[in-house]
Amino acid sequence: MELYITELSKYFITLFIALYTFECFLVFRFQDEEKRKGSYIRQNLLMFLVHFSCFLVICFETGQIEYLLFYALQQILLFSTVVLFRMIYPKGNRLIINNMCMLLSVGFVILSRLSYDKAIKQFFIVTVSVIAGMIIPFFIHKLKFLKSLTWIYAAVGIVALGIVLILGSVTYGSKISYSVLGVTFQPSEFVKIIFVFFIASALYEKHDFMRVALTAVLAGIHVLILVASRDLGSALIFFIVYVMMVFIATGKWIYLFLGGVGGCGAAVLAYHFFSHVQIRVQAWRDPFSCIDDAGYQITQSLFAISSGGWFGLGLFRGNPTSIPFVEADFVFSAVAEELGIAFSMCVILICISCFIMFMNISVKLKDRFYQLIAFGLGVTYIFQVFLTVGGGTKFIPMTGVTLPLISYGGSSVLTTLIMFFIIEGLYMIRQDEGAKRAKKKRKRRRRNEYFEQESEGEQEFEDETDFENEYEQEAEEEE
Amino acid sequence: MKQTSKTNTNRKRKKRNRQILTVTYLFVALFLGMMGYTCYYAITNQQELINNSYNSRQELLVAQNTRGTIYASGGQVLAQTQTDENGKETRVYPYANMFAHVVGYASNGKYGIEAQSNYYLLHSNAKLADKVASEVSGEKYPGDNVVTTLDVALQEIAYQSLGVYKGAIIVTEPSTGKILAMVSKPDFDPNQIDVIWNDLLSDKDSGVLLNRVTQGLYPPGSTFKIITALEYIRENPDSYSQYTYQCSGSFTHGQDTINCYHGTVHGQEDFTRSFAKSCNASFAKIGMQLDRTKFGNTLDELLFNEELPVTFAYNKSKLVIDESTSDSNVMQAAIGQGTTQITPLHLNMITSAAANGGVLMKPYLVDHVENNEGAVIKQFNPGTYKKLMSEQEAAALTELMREVVESGTGTKLSGLSYTAAGKTGSAEYNSVKTDSHAWFTGFAPVEEPEVCVTIIIEGAGSGGDYAVPIAKRIFDAYFGV
Repeated sequence: MELYITELSKYFITLFIALYTFECFLVFRFQDEEKRKGSYIRQNLLMFLVHFSCFLVICFETGQIEYLLFYALQQILLFSTVVLFRMIYPKGNRLIINNMCMLLSVGFVILSRLSYDKAIKQFFIVTVSVIAGMIIPFFIHKLKFLKSLTWIYAAVGIVALGIVLILGSVTYGSKISYSVLGVTFQPSEFVKIIFVFFIASALYEKHDFMRVALTAVLAGIHVLILVASRDLGSALIFFIVYVMMVFIATGKWIYLFLGGVGGCGAAVLAYHFFSHVQIRVQAWRDPFSCIDDAGYQITQSLFAISSGGWFGLGLFRGNPTSIPFVEADFVFSAVAEELGIAFSMCVILICISCFIMFMNISVKLKDRFYQLIAFGLGVTYIFQVFLTVGGGTKFIPMTGVTLPLISYGGSSVLTTLIMFFIIEGLYMIRQDEGAKRAKKKRKRRRRNEYFEQESEGEQEFEDETDFENEYEQEAEEEE
Repeated sequence: MKQTSKTNTNRKRKKRNRQILTVTYLFVALFLGMMGYTCYYAITNQQELINNSYNSRQELLVAQNTRGTIYASGGQVLAQTQTDENGKETRVYPYANMFAHVVGYASNGKYGIEAQSNYYLLHSNAKLADKVASEVSGEKYPGDNVVTTLDVALQEIAYQSLGVYKGAIIVTEPSTGKILAMVSKPDFDPNQIDVIWNDLLSDKDSGVLLNRVTQGLYPPGSTFKIITALEYIRENPDSYSQYTYQCSGSFTHGQDTINCYHGTVHGQEDFTRSFAKSCNASFAKIGMQLDRTKFGNTLDELLFNEELPVTFAYNKSKLVIDESTSDSNVMQAAIGQGTTQITPLHLNMITSAAANGGVLMKPYLVDHVENNEGAVIKQFNPGTYKKLMSEQEAAALTELMREVVESGTGTKLSGLSYTAAGKTGSAEYNSVKTDSHAWFTGFAPVEEPEVCVTIIIEGAGSGGDYAVPIAKRIFDAYFGV
């Protein structure tokens, strides 16, 4: 009986997540949240089915009832996140929240399988983060002074990273964290968000050469501190985010080109000057030749990925714990081994769906500052996914970053949740802009009946000049 | 003025949005590439990675499934895992030494089919109900079974024919590439592998563990004349039949002299007779007339110094001929002496191609994999590798090899109920000229070749005397004579 359930569940779990993923992209058919409602409800149901079937298997495989209780707590958390968010922010975007909860539940499943204690810890961090995160969209929506903190962002970022460099504890050759009152922080995670705010506020109005050069120096300091701390993955993320944001802020391809050339140059220099970079590149090019040391982690990851096949070995049927630090850096490989390649591809597609939604929001935002924030956070998120998945599958050299929302790690999950909630705030700003435009259009139509000779372009221009005033008015009304 | 600045802003906004979309597409494309790569890597490397000794998942499978059985094509068990009442597992090889190299062993690093099909033998595709039944009775799941192309009767004849000699025999089906028998001597008893392992390893000289069929590198001797003849026919498609030579027992060019086997004087001969009588002097002369660049290309096409299209362990045959090759070396190479080295497997593949209208089929040992109830999990079908030579060339070679049997060095195969064709060889392998490996490679029946054998007997003497009779026994067994 147990065997029937565990064997058949493999196919059902894959089917459920595949359908969920399908809905993820189906929602883009409609512009209107109202029309997407059907997809969202189906997604919620499928999420529940995936989560439930996975824990059913875990309970059968381990025979331990405590997993059932743990599952119930998770289910309550995820359910209330979806419901509460809908109640507090009826205008919020539900795809982002659904995907967030789906990825969190995949994280819970795989962490429960890898290490029960760590899963419990992660659960508490997620609970606290979600509760705290719920207020973020409100602040983003309402706080106007966020645009003007430019240099404060840079200072906070550099100081936070600098402190780790000087005081941080060394973990596996990298200085990336420090402890306050027994809680370990990994500042590079939080600084990612501050960094995006810094670049956005520095460049949203003024983006002449001097401005770009100034931000380049400050961004460079961030990156250099990270390189000095040997946190290459984060350094790379900061660099790419900077280049991409400058490109979008200025609209000039030359910056993208310069960034690309500079990046390649820096990579070559890093390769020649740092032995640990050489080792990682070597482990990427031919991991089997150094399987005993540098290539051990990556080869174990490859063994895991290749052993599951399309539908996986089943939870607790594989041996993902043979990969060192599997729950942080190689959680994707564990998912691929036990839940299957098909499942892990769905996880990637869900991440892409989030990214496309972020970019979608960015494109629709009229305010340049918010547009840059949405864009920057989107790139931060997707590039991190790329680094961790690509590193674990030998597509690119390994950099040791976490898979957002799925990997074990408090700072990582908290940061990603904050990012998701910030995007929700931006989505609501966009909704307001949209509402304003609709109102204007109505007005305009009325006006056009009198002034038919007025050209289209001029009307739109007036639209935008009125925009700020009206925005504030409406904000007051809501309060 | 107002209007222009407005349209400007608008245009800028559109441009920016297009750039954001470009970045989005860029990342999506990057991810699609990565996903494709990951799936491809994971699925195509599944079998190879499971065999890596650093991969602990193999132990997981061993703990979960009973290793599958290896069968001969006739259903006889070649290797099987027996579990006693204490759960202790023993790998049993009922035919002991007879299939030692080809079936191999499953401990001490694995070899042969045990290694090649390890992935299938480790996994279980038993029906869910069977797995449940196993679980209830506290047994492991039954692993998948591997059904080979090997024929017990032919293997037995081949094994016994070699007697106490060291050597190798391979029997194949030219039209499909199926390997019907594969014998290598000296041999060992795989049932005792754990006990004798250290002795076998310390015994460096005899190379007992080496499968001589696939990994033994030998001078091809006169069997190489098949290839020299092929090249001569290629270069002189219309005039090769007009070739004549007056053999005086040796051929001298500059400092070098090539002697016929035991100094035999063959007298006046044409191309066919040179081949049938295996006249070294005549072939040394033919070798001298060949275009060395073209000859080198032909060797490449015939897979010398190249990877062979097989899935088991083997060694590459060695012979390079090009513009810079000296006359002396070309003369040696033309008669299969000198530095040339070939595996019996490779020679068999070339012979098979000649028998099969020039088309080389990929040799294979595993016909299919089935689960515990005999349902086929994976079927291996015959696969064409490449056309090694044209049909005309294959027919011409067949004609030459037919003449070897009719009137040349292989007459022990003539006048039988079936027709055979082949080439003998007596490969000298050291300075003492009388010591030679006895070779035969050939097929039968000539009209519609069904079976191809390649035999080498180390240090036995001439191919005609020692290898041809073994070929006859194998053909007899195959055709039930």
